[in-house]
Amino acid sequence: MFTLIVELKDKPGQLIKTLEPISRLGGNVIGIVHKRDKITPLKKIPVEISIEIDENKVPELVDALKASGITVREYNEVRLVTTSSLLLVGHIVHTDISDTINRIDSTGYAEVIDLHINMPQLNEPSTALITISATGKENLRKAVELLKVICKEKKILVIEPINEEFS
Amino acid sequence: MIKIAIIGFGTVGQGVAEVLMEKRDYLRQIIGDYKVVAVADSKGSLIGDFDLLNAIKIKRERGLPEGMDAMEIVENQDFDLLIETTITNIETGEPGLSYIKKALKRGKNVITSNKGPLVVAYSELIELAKENNCKLLFEATVGGAMPVIKLVNNCLAGNKILSIKGILNGTCNYILSRMEKEKMPFEQILAEAQELKIAEADPSYDVDGIDAASKLVIVANALLGIDAKFEDVEITGIREITPEAFDVAMEKGYTIRLIAEAGSNGLKVSPRLIPLQHPLALQGTLNALLIKTDLAGDVVVVGKGAGKRETASAIVSDLIQLYG
Repeated sequence: MFTLIVELKDKPGQLIKTLEPISRLGGNVIGIVHKRDKITPLKKIPVEISIEIDENKVPELVDALKASGITVREYNEVRLVTTSSLLLVGHIVHTDISDTINRIDSTGYAEVIDLHINMPQLNEPSTALITISATGKENLRKAVELLKVICKEKKILVIEPINEEFS
Repeated sequence: MIKIAIIGFGTVGQGVAEVLMEKRDYLRQIIGDYKVVAVADSKGSLIGDFDLLNAIKIKRERGLPEGMDAMEIVENQDFDLLIETTITNIETGEPGLSYIKKALKRGKNVITSNKGPLVVAYSELIELAKENNCKLLFEATVGGAMPVIKLVNNCLAGNKILSIKGILNGTCNYILSRMEKEKMPFEQILAEAQELKIAEADPSYDVDGIDAASKLVIVANALLGIDAKFEDVEITGIREITPEAFDVAMEKGYTIRLIAEAGSNGLKVSPRLIPLQHPLALQGTLNALLIKTDLAGDVVVVGKGAGKRETASAIVSDLIQLYG
């Protein structure tokens, strides 16, 4: 899901100009909200449009809208939309947990949003449920692959979920 | 009259022989008259006119008498169907592989419960059967009594199989489901499983995922049309799983099972997080397979993956498929 706020002049034919490039780029409009109560000093109406669209096409969409004279006020460029939880078993803390997290976070397309660790005893393997969010399914898959590489280096067992579509 | 040779006369071979006797009247109505004309194992054999129940008794009491060796029987004896139930070797496929090849070359039908030959030489064997105008059936190699191969080929005919995920090793499932309940370490539950004869003295074949991977290779070849070899399977076993792993997983509504998976992303056997209400979150030694298809959607089968009569069930179903 991708949300776009554009400012449209209050006259006929404005909305259709916005929708045309969305449709052309294969986007699916989920919702349109006219925010008439938030009318701008230049008498334009902010319109919030929620769409499902291939994330790679977003820059092209924004450019197309701007080219047709529509003011794009804001759009959420990087929004974490897909999440997966994995279980790690091994010496998670002693193998530098912050390095593990940093390497996921520094991808720019995924980050660790939750970590729940259970440490039974010193020198015994610990368990962590790690939750990763990414900007799309493909990026989530890449982040999970990266996590698996890191864990292989650190001799940590990765238990992936079964119910995710990417697995 | 269908003349049957049973090569490999251990638990599985004897189980088949018993069912062939026990259900003789019923089976005759479906496939016509049949007779076991040879039984052989690695040490001895019986050929010609002999009483099958007596053969089982002899085998148990003192072993089959020395006689024609198994390869000679496959090469020279007069039979229509080879039931091959010798011991599995997934590295060489032998001795079953040579028996099956020889029988197919002679144009004889073959039913096998032995994973080894299929893991080593799936496409070669299927091709050989085609060339010689005979059939090779192997329902018993995957999931024991649980219908898999014929379920997909017959009942789901017309579907494209997109992926399969399943529990193909009952020993691992027993150990993991006990760890989930008892919160005891792997080694302790393994010892319990060994005592109950669910796990073998050398458990590596099961707990390191080798058995599940072998079955996955057969399923991938037979159902997904992937020309897969054992080396293509990414394998992770269950030895490193701790009781605490179950604690953490269950807090979020998950359990852990060893899952074999084949699909567009390749072949993989590994422990996975499974939602507690998922059809693969099974207890005990059960096997299960979740088949994703293009027309029928998801189909799940659950059943007993091993055992004498369960394996005999799969072999008899192949027999009826062939001659019914």
